[in-house]
Amino acid sequence: MTNRAMTPHRPAVAATQESFWHLVHAEWTKFRSVRGWGIAMLMAIAAISAFVFVATSIGRSCGTPSGSTPSGFTKVIVSACPPPPAGPGGEPVSDAFYFAHQPVTGNGTITVQMTSLTGQVEVSQASNGALQMAPGLQPWSKAGIIIKQSTSQGSAYAAMMITGSNGAAMQWDYVSNTPGLTGRVSATSPRWLRLVRDGSTITGYDSANGTDWTLVGTATLPRLPATVQAGLFAAAPGNPNTGATFTATGVFRHIGLSWSATGWTGTNVGGSGPNGVPLPGRFRQQAGTLSVTGSGDIAPLAGNLTVLSVQRALTGTFIGLIPLIVVGAMFITGEYRRGLIRVSLTASPRRGRLLTAKAVVIGAVSFVTGLIAATVAVAVGTHRLARTGIPVWPVAALAEARLVFGTAALLAIAAVLALAIGTILRRSALAITAATVLIFVPYLLATKQTPQAGPSAWGEWLVRATPAAAFSVQQAVPQFSQVIAIYTPTGGYYPLAPWAGLAVECAWAAAALAVAFLLLRRRDA
Amino acid sequence: MSLTARASPPRYLPGEALHAEWTKLRTVAGPSLLLAGVVALTVAVGVAAANAVQCKSVTCGIDPATVSFTGIYLGQAVAAVAGVLAIGNEYSTGMVKLSLTAMPRRLAWFLAKAAVLTAPMLLAAALAVAGSAVAGLLILPGHGFTPAHGYASLTAAADLRAAAGTVLYLTLIALLGFGVAVAVRDSAAAIGLVLGLLYLFPIAAAVVSDETIARHLQQIGPMSAGLDVQSTIGIAGLPLTPWQGLGVVALWAVGALLLGALVLRFRDA
Repeated sequence: MTNRAMTPHRPAVAATQESFWHLVHAEWTKFRSVRGWGIAMLMAIAAISAFVFVATSIGRSCGTPSGSTPSGFTKVIVSACPPPPAGPGGEPVSDAFYFAHQPVTGNGTITVQMTSLTGQVEVSQASNGALQMAPGLQPWSKAGIIIKQSTSQGSAYAAMMITGSNGAAMQWDYVSNTPGLTGRVSATSPRWLRLVRDGSTITGYDSANGTDWTLVGTATLPRLPATVQAGLFAAAPGNPNTGATFTATGVFRHIGLSWSATGWTGTNVGGSGPNGVPLPGRFRQQAGTLSVTGSGDIAPLAGNLTVLSVQRALTGTFIGLIPLIVVGAMFITGEYRRGLIRVSLTASPRRGRLLTAKAVVIGAVSFVTGLIAATVAVAVGTHRLARTGIPVWPVAALAEARLVFGTAALLAIAAVLALAIGTILRRSALAITAATVLIFVPYLLATKQTPQAGPSAWGEWLVRATPAAAFSVQQAVPQFSQVIAIYTPTGGYYPLAPWAGLAVECAWAAAALAVAFLLLRRRDA
Repeated sequence: MSLTARASPPRYLPGEALHAEWTKLRTVAGPSLLLAGVVALTVAVGVAAANAVQCKSVTCGIDPATVSFTGIYLGQAVAAVAGVLAIGNEYSTGMVKLSLTAMPRRLAWFLAKAAVLTAPMLLAAALAVAGSAVAGLLILPGHGFTPAHGYASLTAAADLRAAAGTVLYLTLIALLGFGVAVAVRDSAAAIGLVLGLLYLFPIAAAVVSDETIARHLQQIGPMSAGLDVQSTIGIAGLPLTPWQGLGVVALWAVGALLLGALVLRFRDA
């Protein structure tokens, strides 16, 4: 027997720098080997896809849109008969106004001086309920000059106008609005407006004195025929809160047409039907002035709860969020509960990397889950909404991609946020509640409204500053500054731009992850 | 000495089960922190909501009671966690095996636990509601909720009903969480289910375009139905009368408790 000296133990192989991707692989293995978590992901996909059928089953009911139900949750009712006209871009529009027009052919110019814009509002008498007119001007009551494809609703146009309290503006094809000179118009401070047609381009100018002209905007109307209708118009939208009907009257002087004049014809564009003018208009010619009175509006139909958009199809995101939050939180709280965290931290002593690997895995899995669900929801939703026969707000391919990828990102970030909160709180139930409450309660409070109260300042603040801001990435109908409406999250409108809202959610997740890193390093596991 | 097996397990009086559960409850920090959380969060959100609201005219149509008790949106989540953890912790720590060995009559154990949850929860809910009500009474008159705007009294019978109903609502939500937790035997899944039940019905009801279905969704959902009990104006237009609304929540809670009791009775712990 030989006596061998005891040699201290040496590992056969020097500890190799652990690879981050090994860690990710290890976390992925943990994730996929828990059957319940896979089922939760499938549940999220199923819930989001299935809810499309609920959200898009819309009967052709003729109900009037009602503000809200007494328990405070605003109800969206789509009135569908008859459908509103569609503008050149396919969007549902309001196109009802009074038009004093004449046909003109080829290129040319129309110039006017406006000396007054006044308005009337229909009010009911307190004594007998009879309707009477009283002075009243809406911020977007408007009168001015317009060049329009035809007098049929939804046709292309470009207009220079004076508005109730938004100064001069050029608007074209319903959705575009460019401000011009500010201030009110009066006999002592008149405004000159000019539209120049050159082929398919219409350029608008305004001036305070008729000699110094400022370019306001340039509209390209590709399908404008050679002969169009040019003239003067007046319109006044109703008050969306009270339903009051307004009219506007513009007084025009020095009307100059470069085309050969054929005399004015007055038309209530849209007639007096459901999508027509609320009150018939008129024009009056006397002593070198022409005054035009009209009601209605030339604008996109946005914000009034009657617009259908593919955003509805993604309402199931709320349902899908819950299983994702549960799994996101349990991805780490489960380790604390079973003591697995000690094994994990022994295998990967650099704690920050472990949390990063977990965030990468849960984020990626949730993103893919959300991507599948949102793709199905948008595809099925688009198809089903088209079948209702009600005009749907058109969404460009790029915006549709934003809706789908944004929804996937929203879900992925929520899962990472839940993971970070789980790391901080280390208890499943608490972490799940905290993450759920952080997203749902601000949204519910922001959409909880009392009758007649518009969006409240703090409700808007809630969907700006909390993770609920991320739902702005699903907004499909833009908010138009030239349309006064109740723009609330219930109707699908968010105060932040789509990606800005998602960035807010990201900031929350990043802040929670930072706290989680700190606590994970400082605390005993 | 001979080894003799006891003929029958010892008979426990219900009071002993109660006492045992009460000892468990008061010797850990979690439950009291959660109950404090219910009070603090409910009052804090109530104060914020009362400060944010303004009634400018007779027609503002804002319900002062629902404003004061807005904190329930947040407080109910904490109440639900308290309910879930009251029994969920037994499952997650394996304590349940010990508890059931000591107390083989499972339903007695279940009832003792429910009772030990209910009493402190009622107290916490009463404190939360009292705090919110006091805040509302102090803040709201300064924000236009005056007799001139049609708010003759902020402590009428309807307001007291709203307050009492909100206390009961919070307690019922805790019991709902408790029942679901026994039924699914997992805290995480239970709280996910309860929060889903609470928060998803109002969102679904807002998006459904058929008015009848939407109204039914609001009648069925525990949150949308239960909050009817807070309404003091426009009651005629509610999907349910205030007490019917609270009854729906009670049905949910009783249903969850029954399901939990059945699962506990007939399945291995």
